[in-house]
Amino acid sequence: MLAYQSWNRYPSVRQKADILHWATDVLPDIQQGETLLPYGLGRSYGDVCLNQGGRILDTQNLNHFLHFDRAKGILRCESGVTLAQILSLIIPVGWFLPVTPGTQFITLGGAVANDVHGKNHHCAGNFGHHIRQFELLRSDGSVYLCSPQQNPEWFRATVGGLGLTGLIRWVEFQLIPINNPLIEVETVKFANIDEFFSLSKASAFDYSVAWLDGMAKGKSLGRGLFMQGNHAAPQWNHGYCMKNTRKLSIPIDFPGFTLNKLSIKLFNTLYYHKQIKKVSTGLAHYLPFFYPLDGVENWNRIYGAKGFFQYQCVLPYDNPAVIKEMLKTIANSGQASFLGVMKVFGDIQSLGLLSFPRKGFTLALDFRNHGEKTLRLLEALDVMVSANGGVVYPAKDTRMSAQHFQQFYPNWEDMLKFIDPHFSSGFWRRVTK
Amino acid sequence: MKKILIIGATSAIARELAKRFAGRGDKLFLLGRDEGKLQIIHADLQIRGAAKVVYAAADLANTEKHAGLLQQVYKTLGEPDVVLLAYGTLGEQAQGEQDYTMAQQEFQTNFLSPVSWLTLLANDFARRGSGSIVVLSSVAGDRGRQSNYIYGAAKGGLSIFTQGLRNRLYHSGVHVLTVKPGFTDTPMTADMKKNFLFVSPAKVARDIEQALEKRQTILYTPWFWRFIMLVIKLIPEWLFIKLKL
Ligand SMILES: Cc1cc2nc3c(=O)[nH]c(=O)nc-3n(C[C@H](O)[C@H](O)[C@H](O)COP(=O)(O)OP(=O)(O)OC[C@H]3O[C@@H](n4cnc5c(N)ncnc54)[C@H](O)[C@@H]3O)c2cc1C
Ligand SMILES: NC(=O)c1ccc[n+]([C@@H]2O[C@H](COP(=O)([O-])OP(=O)(O)OC[C@H]3O[C@@H](n4cnc5c(N)ncnc54)[C@H](OP(=O)(O)O)[C@@H]3O)[C@@H](O)[C@H]2O)c1
Repeated sequence: MLAYQSWNRYPSVRQKADILHWATDVLPDIQQGETLLPYGLGRSYGDVCLNQGGRILDTQNLNHFLHFDRAKGILRCESGVTLAQILSLIIPVGWFLPVTPGTQFITLGGAVANDVHGKNHHCAGNFGHHIRQFELLRSDGSVYLCSPQQNPEWFRATVGGLGLTGLIRWVEFQLIPINNPLIEVETVKFANIDEFFSLSKASAFDYSVAWLDGMAKGKSLGRGLFMQGNHAAPQWNHGYCMKNTRKLSIPIDFPGFTLNKLSIKLFNTLYYHKQIKKVSTGLAHYLPFFYPLDGVENWNRIYGAKGFFQYQCVLPYDNPAVIKEMLKTIANSGQASFLGVMKVFGDIQSLGLLSFPRKGFTLALDFRNHGEKTLRLLEALDVMVSANGGVVYPAKDTRMSAQHFQQFYPNWEDMLKFIDPHFSSGFWRRVTK
Repeated sequence: MKKILIIGATSAIARELAKRFAGRGDKLFLLGRDEGKLQIIHADLQIRGAAKVVYAAADLANTEKHAGLLQQVYKTLGEPDVVLLAYGTLGEQAQGEQDYTMAQQEFQTNFLSPVSWLTLLANDFARRGSGSIVVLSSVAGDRGRQSNYIYGAAKGGLSIFTQGLRNRLYHSGVHVLTVKPGFTDTPMTADMKKNFLFVSPAKVARDIEQALEKRQTILYTPWFWRFIMLVIKLIPEWLFIKLKL
């Protein structure tokens, strides 16, 4: 019943689990040579949350709210509290998350350890920028209170620290005020990547992201939908009722053929033509706007039992030729991507030693697992990224080479002295070989 | 808004139920033995919307303290509309087979001390003629099995005690709910190998809240345990003794 996997269900590994029941619990004893790794909700697409042959610490029961200053919007929670649980507490009283990724089913610990970003990176930075303080428990029993001021070196190592510096017990962070749960959305169709860049440049919204048709080639290479939004004004407060949409669920593993090129083409075309007008505006509930995939439970199973890969990189913004080249490589590979997401990150310096976000253009795509063929394609993408000053996101990786990782994250050696001697992960062993 | 007393508030099942009560804006009094854990729950429930949360720490199996603690509850919370009796221990069966003092401790915690609470509470509830008393027993109390008959005997005794109490208090308008959870994924079962029968404490809490509203008498949770236990009880003893259950 308790199978701890990553969201992309690859690699499939064996590991023991210890369930933490109280934030006051001491860490379990381990045997010689064994290591520990905290595990949130396993929404990472790869082995940053896996510890093959070792143990993982299931943090889901560390789910207590510790302090909520409703006037100032400051919330302190145990690290296993999920963004979904936080949202249901804070939205009715006029607050929202300062930064949120594309799913609400992650834990606070996961948000910190991957220093996650959202659609508002260009205005708000990463989750780490909104942390006031957190507590870190080390395997030797010592506890560090960390903030940008207090133990700042531990703060920098733990934000985006991939769970390696110890167990984050609780986190205190700043919320942002909202008038209601709605988003004023504007969606714009764009015909190619150049149009995407002009839209990004011109966008004056707090949130923006683009959906990319990963199959389109030639003149329509890089076509898609640009979605931007702001929290809605107070005039929309009234007459609004919480939409209770029934969940569509994918209970079993789809047979592999449902995701062949044809079906994806069909899916993409439908999506792209869903709206005929060039620009459309409207009001959306925050759930479908921020978390469109959360509407389909277990959608990751659509890729079948072999799992899939997600690839996310960021490239310097000022070189559209490279980006076009990459999109072309992907489209031509025929290993169609079910989902493609693009965004322009802002110029806000990340706080963590190993944080991923940085100024530039970010692209995230899914790839069905065709084995060697897919691995070769992704390696080729790594080469392009590294040749052009970009980096790949560890939270979404299962395969990048140690050489590439160390080139992308030259700080990795500074990280070593902060890693808990009894903590490790599949990812870390792989990229530091 | 209801006034709710939870005896054994640090239990995982009780905590999930308390979250539901807090979300409705109820007033809560929490009893447990671990002050640190009570503090954590106290803050959490307050944030989740409870109108008032108070706690006190004591060894709840120590019956000498019961009357005094109840006085404290009545003073700060008032007389509760709902009492949830939740604490319990699942001792090592093998150890209890060798050592009577350990078995005795199990009976003290899981049967005798609950009887003390229920004796005091029953009279107060009867006087008022309203309210609900919810007691966490267990499916383990439905039939003695070699693997856990000490715990099972205590819970079985508790089930029968609450059954009689329900019968008595029915006539004064007081509702008594006996809850028989199956395998629940809580610290109590941390060392057990998990199988498909295990459910989350949140699921058990949802079922209890519903049964409370409907004034049900005996709740098996999840529902299929009613049938599992029916089958187990139907096995004739000559066959049952041969089984390794
Ligand atoms: C549909 C979908 C959309 C997504 N969109 C985005 C996005 O827009 N932006 C983005 O940045 N990410 C995105 N992600 C990735 C996801 O946000 C991150 O992988 C996140 O870290 C997952 O959190 P988790 O709680 O599931 O943690 P896990 O995946 O279980 O763990 C992640 C890391 O956190 C560590 N960790 C967890 N808890 C603790 C703790 N208490 N103490 C110390 N370390 C801990 C783990 O060791 C591991 O290294 C998306 C994922 C999905 C499935
Ligand atoms: N889990 C199951 O599978 C299952 C199945 C059937 C019935 N039940 C019953 O459900 C109830 C709740 O258990 P649970 O599953 O929620 O497990 P749990 O989380 O382990 O809760 C048991 C609680 O009882 C407390 N406790 C034990 N002795 C105490 C004492 N002398 N004084 C004060 N507190 C004491 C413990 O306190 P500390 O935290 O301080 O140790 C603990 O919080 C129990 O009565 C149990 O028998 C459980």
